[in-house]
Amino acid sequence: MDSLVPVEDRGGPAQPLLLASGLRKHFAVPGGLLGRSGKVVRAVDDLSLSVAKGETLGVVGESGCGKSTVARLLIRLLKPDRGTMVLDGDPVDEPHGITVNELRRQVQMVFQDSYASLNPRLTIGETLAFAPKAHGLPAAEARARVRDLLDKVGLDPANYAERYPHELSGGQRQRVNIARALALRPRLVILDEAVSALDKSVEAQVLNMLVDLKTELGLTYIFISHDLNVVQYLSDRVLVMYLGKIVELGSVEAIYGNPQHPYTRALLSARPSMDPRRRTKEAPIQGDPPNPIDPPSGCRFRTRCPFAEDVCARAEPPLADTGAQAVACHMRIAGSGHSRAAAP
Amino acid sequence: MSDLLQVRDLHVTFVTPDRTVNAVNGVSFDVRRGETLGILGESGSGKSVTLRSILRLHPEHRTRWGGSIKLEGDEILTMGRGALSDLRGQRVAMIFQEPATAFDPVFTIGHQIAETVRRHTGKGEADSWNRARELLEMVRIPSPAQRLKAYPHEMSGGMRQRAMIALALSCNPSLLLADEPTTALDATVQIQVLLLIRELQREFNVGVIFVTHDIGVAVEVSDRIGVMYAGKIVELAPVEQMVDAPRHPYSRGLLASTVHDGMRGQRLEAIPGAPPDLAEVPTGCSFAPRCKFVQPNCVTRPPDLREMGGSHLVRCVLADAQEAGVAA
Repeated sequence: MDSLVPVEDRGGPAQPLLLASGLRKHFAVPGGLLGRSGKVVRAVDDLSLSVAKGETLGVVGESGCGKSTVARLLIRLLKPDRGTMVLDGDPVDEPHGITVNELRRQVQMVFQDSYASLNPRLTIGETLAFAPKAHGLPAAEARARVRDLLDKVGLDPANYAERYPHELSGGQRQRVNIARALALRPRLVILDEAVSALDKSVEAQVLNMLVDLKTELGLTYIFISHDLNVVQYLSDRVLVMYLGKIVELGSVEAIYGNPQHPYTRALLSARPSMDPRRRTKEAPIQGDPPNPIDPPSGCRFRTRCPFAEDVCARAEPPLADTGAQAVACHMRIAGSGHSRAAAP
Repeated sequence: MSDLLQVRDLHVTFVTPDRTVNAVNGVSFDVRRGETLGILGESGSGKSVTLRSILRLHPEHRTRWGGSIKLEGDEILTMGRGALSDLRGQRVAMIFQEPATAFDPVFTIGHQIAETVRRHTGKGEADSWNRARELLEMVRIPSPAQRLKAYPHEMSGGMRQRAMIALALSCNPSLLLADEPTTALDATVQIQVLLLIRELQREFNVGVIFVTHDIGVAVEVSDRIGVMYAGKIVELAPVEQMVDAPRHPYSRGLLASTVHDGMRGQRLEAIPGAPPDLAEVPTGCSFAPRCKFVQPNCVTRPPDLREMGGSHLVRCVLADAQEAGVAA
């Protein structure tokens, strides 16, 4: 198969582009006797998600919640301890499915650090031509593709193809990283804090560009960020993570307009108000997120939750559908034993 | 009202054999006791360089200074070593973005706070440790007596930032400099630290200069906001005026390009281009190449900072024109 033709849609519009189920990744903590401390960081625990064709799925959470580990699992930079993935109907890394290499061609990623993501010894043109050439595109065609890619991200090819990464500003470098992610004509692009290091005036330029590219190329995005405003701006659906678990998942309107989980509410009301006459009077929750080594039993948020009761320490709340969104909270599960839950 | 700090026409230039950087090009502002001045700017705007100049933290042999910085009448730029050393930590304290690098990793938090108290107040060993415990209590660190014995790496990011605030306030400074102190913190922790700084500022009646790139954060803590661009303050106004009616095209652009509630589906008003190279001394308005209202006289000479009424200062020819009643 010529791997440089855009991949045909296989499963049809209703088939999710990416399905992940039961993904788990634990990291052993070094130290202790013989380097085996027996402690593990439970970075991602039994996480399932689906990404529909053409949508943008936002992923939010604080540091240590596992959002970047999810990104690395989805593109197989990390091998999950367990769990399966299906890309447009094809199981990934399984006998009758597609290989990890094929997955990585269809799913590309843009990282936060625009400088560390580029090889300092290659010109921008060489960087962009690298993957297409490795996939067998002749040199002349690769050059044409470089010009096309630079055009797409708003950099003049004549001016930028021969430059080195250190000659570019942060915003320009991030445009190059986005161009590189598009070089193999992927279907899904994972943006992991891709605009977080940029200044606001430049961030707006890159966000506008991402919106345009999505329409023009029919892309699907997974947009990971700690910035709730930017996630709200770009996403169709939003997934909220806390200590390796999904706590809430739903449409952007539901999550921002009617958040159900106490953590989502706290996260949203911790945003600065932008109105000097109505400043925040009180922090919505106290303390820092706990260490993902040895997370709390039961509901992992209970140590900071103002509504925590005995049941929250005993049992882990499943992600339950409440109509507009799915929430993992005992208060939303009828008959869970929480005093605020509905009767069974 | 008496001014605590007066900065007048501050210039800071870094000179190395390879290049010259005109980081700060004529910055003037005052800070009063008990007031928070927010300085908002993007990377390279000179906001941190301005802040660090108040403690003269730049390498002496590579830095050229111009202008004046007066704290309660004392000129800082010509201050001798001894006086400068007393100034740092006692009259002016600073908190940084990354508390992990501001603390010495091999000493406990308690040791480092008590040492500072001893150095500046001459208190005895036991008294300074008591003071350290009080300070940790004041910044709401749970079980402060135990936390005194903790090493910096044993604390979470939010706790370390609280400990750094305790260290900064340990000698009752009259001016607190904050350089992006909440940028590295998680959202739910950031708001706690912002509220803490606001509260302690009132309690101690200390003047605060709060440098940030985040408009939301600046609005949350500041009484007045100064917007910096290419080493100059382009607009300085009380926070309500800055949010309601920004006058400088850059401030307006910054507010318009910041994503917030209700912008979904709209195209963002990005400011085209990028900030200028600071190797050259600007001959005109530094923002002119990116400004959509640019006029011929923008590039001939730098505009002055003009008073627009209600202590609202703007550095733009457009403001001059509006002032003179010419349609802009």
